[in-house]
Amino acid sequence: MVGLLVVSHSPEAAAGIATIASQMCGGIVPIRGVGGSEEGGLGTSVPLILDALKELFQEAEEILVLPDLGSAVLSARSALEFLGSSAEKVLFADAPILEGAMMAAVEASLGSSLRRVCQVAEEAHLLKKLGEKPQCHS
Amino acid sequence: MDVPGFLKAIYLMAETTVAQKQYLTELDSAIGDADHGINMERGFSKVAAKLQSGSYSDLGDLSKDVAMVLMQSVGGASGPIYGTLFMRMSMKLKGNSEMDLPLFSQAFDAGLQGICDLGKAELGDKTMVDALTPAVEALHEALERGENLASGLDAAVEAVRKGMEETIPMVARKGRASYLGDRSAGHQDPGATSSYYLLSAFRDAAKAEGA
Repeated sequence: MVGLLVVSHSPEAAAGIATIASQMCGGIVPIRGVGGSEEGGLGTSVPLILDALKELFQEAEEILVLPDLGSAVLSARSALEFLGSSAEKVLFADAPILEGAMMAAVEASLGSSLRRVCQVAEEAHLLKKLGEKPQCHS
Repeated sequence: MDVPGFLKAIYLMAETTVAQKQYLTELDSAIGDADHGINMERGFSKVAAKLQSGSYSDLGDLSKDVAMVLMQSVGGASGPIYGTLFMRMSMKLKGNSEMDLPLFSQAFDAGLQGICDLGKAELGDKTMVDALTPAVEALHEALERGENLASGLDAAVEAVRKGMEETIPMVARKGRASYLGDRSAGHQDPGATSSYYLLSAFRDAAKAEGA
């Protein structure tokens, strides 16, 4: 099964988003959140992300990474360099992090391929949460 | 440049990041998340502490330790970016206890390529790539003129300084600054600035060694 790794600058945001996404699929998809600097402040840390990826690979065959922005992307890409051949079983989703994680969790729970789970996550920006008409754009 | 020379360059960089912490943070508060000075100072002080506790005979091992500590401790994007620079350099430096201009140039080429692979930044995006690319070209030209490491680094520092200043009018297309769009113009890029400090540290260490 595809597992999900939520990477945020904030450890609380990463854990919270992982929990929300997990609830969407009844907890059957392996989902982790990782974030913050080594000292627990806002930021990202390559070793923390690497540890989370390794842990997740104990339960998941492939992993979709959902980064928030900037250094979350760069730190996660750097972590892959230390992952050896398993790095080939990881994709990154260019998606809104919360909506993307939710959609990916549902898709992964259906047993879909990594590529398909990534595709669904990347379509998450199309979700409408206020109905058909946006409030501030005509 | 031998192992003590390389160590001196890193210690000089650590000193510079302490001295310029406030300035880097000011640059980054204009167009980023105001953490570049703090992150660089924390990263390089941890690197200096790590190097002081170790003993090195291979420049590759030394550069690799710099990379690992930066990736671990910086916290912001400069951690993986500078970490990748030193990691790629370490692969070229491995097996050498000294480096001359050809080896440094080769290692630095690989380092810049690593940064480009990681961040996907291109020339004109208002990043450190705009400062480091002219520096790499200056190293190549110095190499063709048959210069030594110290004078090659002199040319590289001049080029990186110009490249850094040329980021001022640019509109950012990468990193946190890109969210500001046109408002990012008129500010010098913080990463380009710390790149200038890094090459200056290597230049000063090379000169001290030659003296």
